[in-house]
Amino acid sequence: MSILDLFKRRTSAPVARERLQLLLAYERQSRGQPDLVSILREEIMAVIAKHVQIDQDYLQVSMDRGATMSTLEIDIQIPNKSAVPLAMAG
Amino acid sequence: MGKVVVVTSGKGGVGKTTSTAALGAAVARTGKKVALVDFDVGLRNLDLIMGAERRVVFDLVNVIQGTAKLSQALIRDKRLETLYLLPASQTRDKDALTEEGVAEVIARLRSVFDYVFCDSPAGIERGAQLAMRFADEAVIVTNPEVSSVRDSDRIIGLLDARTMKAEQGELIQKHVLVTRYDAARASRGEMLSIDDVLEILSTPLLGIIPESQDVLRASNLGAPVTLSEPVNTAAKAYLEAARRLEGEDLPVVVPFERKGFLERLLGRRAA
Repeated sequence: MSILDLFKRRTSAPVARERLQLLLAYERQSRGQPDLVSILREEIMAVIAKHVQIDQDYLQVSMDRGATMSTLEIDIQIPNKSAVPLAMAG
Repeated sequence: MGKVVVVTSGKGGVGKTTSTAALGAAVARTGKKVALVDFDVGLRNLDLIMGAERRVVFDLVNVIQGTAKLSQALIRDKRLETLYLLPASQTRDKDALTEEGVAEVIARLRSVFDYVFCDSPAGIERGAQLAMRFADEAVIVTNPEVSSVRDSDRIIGLLDARTMKAEQGELIQKHVLVTRYDAARASRGEMLSIDDVLEILSTPLLGIIPESQDVLRASNLGAPVTLSEPVNTAAKAYLEAARRLEGEDLPVVVPFERKGFLERLLGRRAA
């Protein structure tokens, strides 16, 4: 640690402000509206279920909100056809 | 017709009850008739902060259920004859409050008192919503800290949506009261500044209450800080906030503390 580090210790308040601004911008916008991620999860599940039988637990939908854009991550595990054929399951 | 002011925050432990007592007593000192209503049913504490815990016989729930008259439940302050307390029930739960019952009690208090301060429970559930339901104005108590500011933002949203005034298309006047402000830490960039808080919440400032041991001492003694030690800094800040609440145009001075160079250097090393 150099002697200079003593003088330029990073302050935490600006980080707090930035995090709050980002979070509240999102929370205000989504206030009173149904949760987007859970709607997406349900609808994606419905589409997939038309063709393949999957377990609720094998579908992961997550959202990572950024300042300028957000990423939606969808992780679906579909069992191999030989393992669980749709016909058999029905 | 008196004015109804809800003191609310969302988050617990930020100083709602202390602020209700201090602001209420400050307004009552000017000769206005003031009623303080504790809405924290099941977890009442305003009686303790006001030093009236041994004088509670009837409470808000008794009045709403008709087992006691309003005049029987109101406790008159021993220090100020214009100050009254309507305690919450300690044994019931918050479902004992009904909207109609609260509406009636508030309407009657409004016709007798100049100011009715409603001390809200923490949270955003029924109890907190009933405390704000009939308010004309709101004091949002906020600590300069991320979780408190976030909860205040949520409460502001509720005030604009769920109060009677908002539903009737009127504007509910909102004020932010920053409590537990540490000027030294804010100037070192370790605590959200007043500007940060106001910019994020975009709500006008009622006052800044510095972090002070006097506030705790006042609570220990069961006296609002504005009555017990009106000359100390926290009490002065509350007295000024009360004047602004009454409509006085009084500029807010942000507490400032500049430490000497050596002190800062040592302070940083120690941290």
